[in-house]
Amino acid sequence: MTAVAAPPLAKTAAPKRRHPILAFCISQPLGAAGAVSILVMAIAAVFAEYVAPYDPVAIDFGAMLAPPTLEHWFGTDAFGRDILTRVIYGARTALAIGFLSSLLGCTVGAILGVASAYFGGRIDMAIQRLVDILLSFPIIVLALVVVAMLGRNMLLGIDFNLILAIAVPTMPRVARVVRSAALSIRELPYIDAARVQGFSHARIIFRHMVPNVAAPYLIMFTAAIAQAILLEASLSFLGLGVTEPTPAWGLMLSGNASDFYREAPWMILFPGLAISVAVFAFNLFGDSLRDWLDPKFKT
Amino acid sequence: MGQRPDMLSYLVNRLLLTIPTLLGVAVLIFFMLRVVPGDIVEVKLRGDGGNPTQEMVEAERKRLGLDRPMHRQFADWMIGLATFDLGKSMWTEQPATEEIALRLELSLQVALMATVIAILLSIPLGTLSALLQGTWIDYAIRIFTIAGLAMPSFWLGMLTIVSLLYFFNWLPPLTYVPIYQDPWTNMAQLFWPALAVGYRYSAVVARMMRSSIIEVLNEDYIRTARAKGVYERLVVMRHAMRNAMLPVITVIGLEFAFLIGGLVVTEQVFNLNGIGRLFVQAVSRSDFTLIQALVMLSALVFILSNLVVDMLYAVFDPRIRYR
Repeated sequence: MTAVAAPPLAKTAAPKRRHPILAFCISQPLGAAGAVSILVMAIAAVFAEYVAPYDPVAIDFGAMLAPPTLEHWFGTDAFGRDILTRVIYGARTALAIGFLSSLLGCTVGAILGVASAYFGGRIDMAIQRLVDILLSFPIIVLALVVVAMLGRNMLLGIDFNLILAIAVPTMPRVARVVRSAALSIRELPYIDAARVQGFSHARIIFRHMVPNVAAPYLIMFTAAIAQAILLEASLSFLGLGVTEPTPAWGLMLSGNASDFYREAPWMILFPGLAISVAVFAFNLFGDSLRDWLDPKFKT
Repeated sequence: MGQRPDMLSYLVNRLLLTIPTLLGVAVLIFFMLRVVPGDIVEVKLRGDGGNPTQEMVEAERKRLGLDRPMHRQFADWMIGLATFDLGKSMWTEQPATEEIALRLELSLQVALMATVIAILLSIPLGTLSALLQGTWIDYAIRIFTIAGLAMPSFWLGMLTIVSLLYFFNWLPPLTYVPIYQDPWTNMAQLFWPALAVGYRYSAVVARMMRSSIIEVLNEDYIRTARAKGVYERLVVMRHAMRNAMLPVITVIGLEFAFLIGGLVVTEQVFNLNGIGRLFVQAVSRSDFTLIQALVMLSALVFILSNLVVDMLYAVFDPRIRYR
């Protein structure tokens, strides 16, 4: 019986709520483009076995340094390995290392930042001095110091120490941003209320403060992945990151790639393009996410 | 007239304040490198597939002083630091200061050239982009700067070499000519690496310049200047740009301090025997003393460029006085 009265009501009701993903795509078209590129890369990386036309480590001396053709879209390298295949598998390496190292670096950084803001006083002082010192190094210098400190440590086919080396430089940057976000939260009444109720420090930090710094965390996280991909590529390029025969973009540009500037420029063109597109996509998505989640927030 | 003693005491104060920071860096780097077992001796003796006996390893460790208690090693290094002695490279056994001095000139020159390129590109581009906000020129400049942030500098360097090879049949030289021997050849050799490093640098600065100008253009004094009938060119050059420079200078200074990061990879691409390459070598050989020395150098550059930035503030903003 109420069904009859419903239609006129609907006309005056608030504008219909869009799904948040759709709303993001409409207000941030560039960010959506970035997100789509990331999605395509991720799918290609996960299903590399089905997407890639060749075996990434198969050596084919009959097709050494072949230029881009219909058979080998991106050409082949000095061992006759298909470059398109290696770029696709390289996405797996880049995204896995980028994601894991950013997750580690941002999470530790965020915990440090929140703890610093929550406790204040001496703990804040100590953490902030450490952050200051770490921030005085260029990212790659800090990563290289960690590489020198740890060496290699292969776990399940992933060099865990490389992930650590990339995570360490992101930590202080996230800690600083999250601290300033958490400082304003600390003054809000619900934190006082929690304290008055006698909740433990850990509970207040993890249940009341951490969820409220999720926006800056997410923004820093996407930016950190872009940075991590760039850093992994640089370290691999220097021979101090991913090692052969694992396909990695930075690694494809190092070693003998520079011996074939004249003969095989495609060996240089495509892996570098892959790095740039990946970093660009994450930056684009991160910037839009920032505008979307928090217009006031600036890094 | 009274400004000079103020400035001087400010400088002295600032320099004294850097000591705890440098000390913190020294402690951190020293213990970081030694927390995990493993050192240069293994790299050195096992390097060529050798299989050294335990005695050989012990003897070498003793010779390099790595067998002594950690606090003794640290104390020695600290005493050395206080007298500007950075110790000897564990690999070449030359003093670290000499190893650095040999290569500093080259890296410094590339860094300065990159800075000049970055400033010459970014200030006009950033300003133009801000003044023409929303036009296709603005979009073109923004794409140019975003690409600068996404492209790894070593790849840009490689692309440069490929194109130079293709168009001019030019390859990076195996040896480099010092500037006092033949300034023209020297500049021609170092221009491309400086450009590869400077592109990213200019992208960062141009973005800052753009947002800074846009912010300043909304200020009351800009409206006042325009209302007075000041030429638009003067409004932009004298009122807007000058005030927009402060945050831009900060970014220029910070990025200059971090240039060694770009040099680490670019020197590899262009075959330059500079600080960045030395650092990579030191890391791959676990040459602790040399790593420590280079990290201290990097920290010092960071501190000094921050100091220069603060000094420049006073030039651009007369309201800032140092006491």
